[in-house]
Amino acid sequence: MILRKEHDDVIVCRCEEVTRGEILKAIKEGAGTVNEIKRWTRAGMGLCQGRTCKVNVAKILVRETHKNPKDVLPSTCRQPVRPVKIEVFNGNE
Amino acid sequence: MIKTEIAVIGGGPAGLCAAIEGTKAGAKVLVIDENSKPGGQLFKQIHKFFGSREHQAGVRGFQIGEKLLEQSRELEIEVWLNSEVCGLDSDKNLWVVRDKKESIKVIAERVIIATGAVENSIYFPGWDLPGVMGAGAAQTMININRVLPGKKVLMVGSGNVGVIVSYQLLQAGAEVVAVVDAAPKLGGYGVHTAKVCRAGVPFYTSHTILKAWGSECVEGAVIVRLDNSWNPVTGSEKFLDVDTICIATGLTPLSELAWMAGCKFEFIPELGGHVPLHDRFMETTVSGIYVAGDISGIEEASTAMDEGRIAGVNAAASLGYIDDDKRKKMTEKLWKRLNSLRCGPFGEKRKSSKDRLLTFRGEA
Repeated sequence: MILRKEHDDVIVCRCEEVTRGEILKAIKEGAGTVNEIKRWTRAGMGLCQGRTCKVNVAKILVRETHKNPKDVLPSTCRQPVRPVKIEVFNGNE
Repeated sequence: MIKTEIAVIGGGPAGLCAAIEGTKAGAKVLVIDENSKPGGQLFKQIHKFFGSREHQAGVRGFQIGEKLLEQSRELEIEVWLNSEVCGLDSDKNLWVVRDKKESIKVIAERVIIATGAVENSIYFPGWDLPGVMGAGAAQTMININRVLPGKKVLMVGSGNVGVIVSYQLLQAGAEVVAVVDAAPKLGGYGVHTAKVCRAGVPFYTSHTILKAWGSECVEGAVIVRLDNSWNPVTGSEKFLDVDTICIATGLTPLSELAWMAGCKFEFIPELGGHVPLHDRFMETTVSGIYVAGDISGIEEASTAMDEGRIAGVNAAASLGYIDDDKRKKMTEKLWKRLNSLRCGPFGEKRKSSKDRLLTFRGEA
């Protein structure tokens, strides 16, 4: 994406309202994987579990660190991969 | 807890074809889909498909969907709707949540993951305003829900999704104010692109969206020209009076379950990024777990259906329902069809990418 410095306040992760500037800051402070950025900033930790933002987070990481895109893995997938209500766990197997 | 021989995750074109082949061979198949209706994206495809006659060229996508549903009903295939597969492990145990409330464990002997893909988003100032949406979402609104997302649309991306949805938005009564593409060349099939062109829609290549503007929702957009190094050219900004911005910038395989089950992946940008490795029989690196359709690399419904058939035949064969000779013959026949679909300037690129994927398994 074409973004200048003044656009650091653009939100990348909508669920957790994490801005591009926050992600850049996390990378500068040492976050080197999509997983680390997720833990640093909560980007990808919301309701959609990164389905919207994780590709963009990976792209930011590639551009900032010049890593090979093939080495930038998506964040770890864990169950449940869809939002599940706590009541689902109640009385079920 | 429920046991099945083959669990198919996703009831789109790939999943339904896999289920049909598996059932025809004699296996007990369970299809699990999170939507309220099976068919995946087929029912919003109101345009005619390409390919040969055996690929139902000239038939509209939703009609193909109806045929598949009819066949599934005749074969009495069990389909769970409104059912989300929330987890999958390498032992082929599935955690399914039905109707958002009932949690069920399904133990399968074979699993075919046909979960499809998710639309890519791009971010720019104002992209989180109501009125910015995926082109596929707009297509669902007009063709399934019969709701016009807006009156004046900017389409970002000139690939097949971009031009097909642009044309359908015009048919639905919207004005498509412009189609922009960051690349210097248009990305879609000529037939679809030409129809949008003839309708008078301006195309801007080497252009991208700079920002969306509006207080409560989209009230306008600014596009800008890009130079050879993809940098915006100052002074080339153009203001567009739009209330809707559709993003058609590609798809990414929906692969969480394959990651979770321990499948190995390879990065192939032409197929949408990281895709699960699979062999010619669509089996992943985890024994008994197969993939088919967009999850195994972004292509089209027609290729997804044949990949689904290959997965269904081979999953059933591995359970002893089809002898090895017949399995090989059926698989080769389907591969011939796949190769005939993967031709032309767009198909060739997909074929070489898919062939590259197979080389990682030593099978090119």
